[in-house]
Amino acid sequence: MVDPIVAARGIHKHFGHLHVLKGVDLEVAERELVFVIGPSGSGKSTLLRCLNRLEEPSAGSVVVDGIDMLDPRTDINHARQRIGMVFQSFNLYPHMTALGNVTLALRKVVGKSRAEADALGMAALERVGLADRAGHTPGQLSGGQQQRVAIARAIALEPRVMLFDEPTSALDPELVGSVLEVMRDLRQSGMTMIVVSHEMGFARNAADRVVFMDHGLIVEQGPPAAIFESPTQERTRAFIGQIQRH
Amino acid sequence: MSTWDRFVETFFNAKVMLKYYPDILSGVVVTIELAVLIIVSGLLAGLALALLRALGIRPLNWLIIFVVDLFRSLPPLVIIVLIYFGLPAADISPSGFVSTWLSLAFVLMAFSEEIFWAGITSIPRGQWEASRSTGLSFGQTLINVILPQAFRLTIPPLTNRTIAITKGTALGTVVAVSEILGQASSAMSNSYNPSPLMMGAAAYVVLFLPVVVAARWIETRFAWKR
Repeated sequence: MVDPIVAARGIHKHFGHLHVLKGVDLEVAERELVFVIGPSGSGKSTLLRCLNRLEEPSAGSVVVDGIDMLDPRTDINHARQRIGMVFQSFNLYPHMTALGNVTLALRKVVGKSRAEADALGMAALERVGLADRAGHTPGQLSGGQQQRVAIARAIALEPRVMLFDEPTSALDPELVGSVLEVMRDLRQSGMTMIVVSHEMGFARNAADRVVFMDHGLIVEQGPPAAIFESPTQERTRAFIGQIQRH
Repeated sequence: MSTWDRFVETFFNAKVMLKYYPDILSGVVVTIELAVLIIVSGLLAGLALALLRALGIRPLNWLIIFVVDLFRSLPPLVIIVLIYFGLPAADISPSGFVSTWLSLAFVLMAFSEEIFWAGITSIPRGQWEASRSTGLSFGQTLINVILPQAFRLTIPPLTNRTIAITKGTALGTVVAVSEILGQASSAMSNSYNPSPLMMGAAAYVVLFLPVVVAARWIETRFAWKR
């Protein structure tokens, strides 16, 4: 990989005496979609959260789009605009409308006027198919719609990379499709994406690379077909076998 | 004279009431002044302490918790008496008005800090993370995302506590503040008749009943709906 847009090297993370990440290297090329899978507690969400420094890595380096994320001199609030994040539990602001959620950072961080922010916010809501829900509060939206608003909130800032932390795990099965649809569109627009998820069907169709993590380490990685059909590691085989039985 | 007439003459004596109602009215003004000062300064100080505590600086937080617990455990009257009769020994002689204001403001600060703090900590961590992940700073997140939600949760307990503490302005009578109760009791000793006390009680009801009713309305209005 010549010029990765995300380069995490030697990432360790301790929570007290728990050693959650034990030296993880992850490089992601521009426009690549990387899927991270693994049993719960394997450290995949923590790895994702280290990339935008929601978690402070105990050791290692993270460079995103040329910015050293762990350098104390880096303006982390500025750097985070380039890295969109979508959470399992949506985390929309319940006291604001959908448009308010999408435009908050545009106004407060980017410094857009309300009119400019509203225009960009509506465009982002349009992209996730929810322009007609702009005035609704999160409480008036379904889970799938809430997650799409959360995606709009992230893409409105025109990030270089999008992180998805189990974006469909909290959704009723019939709502998952609408969120995956939006993610597929993003993918087609050339967005670099790192996705922690159990949506294996989506991984097969859309991912460029699948990374399997266990016990704080990357065990195996490769194209989806290779990981799903012919994993070389015993642990990967066991995990793939388990999830495919469902 | 019938028993009823005697009762009316004792507690609702028109002549006495007419003579002393301007005094009671001036007491009402003092009570309102005190109440407004206590509420504004007490709540602002409480919010400021809660925000300081949100910064998460350990030694500072211990200090805040100590001060807050101190003022929550001391009876307000004890604080008033300490300031009014104690401070002059250190060559500071606050008036009864200032002593009452400061004491009750400190108590309201302590209780409201706890309520604001509970509100801030009850907002899920995901709200902080979502906001910070879009580049908002700690302060911007606090102001735009956390506090608007926290205030909503704190309004009912805050209103109740504010009413309870503001009613404590009556304690000012101990240090010669001419608020409602002070005016009413001096009028009673001058007239040898308890009618002014009845007027004083009525004045408190007129002053605080609307606030209590408003608080009830606020409580239902702000019940948390997701």
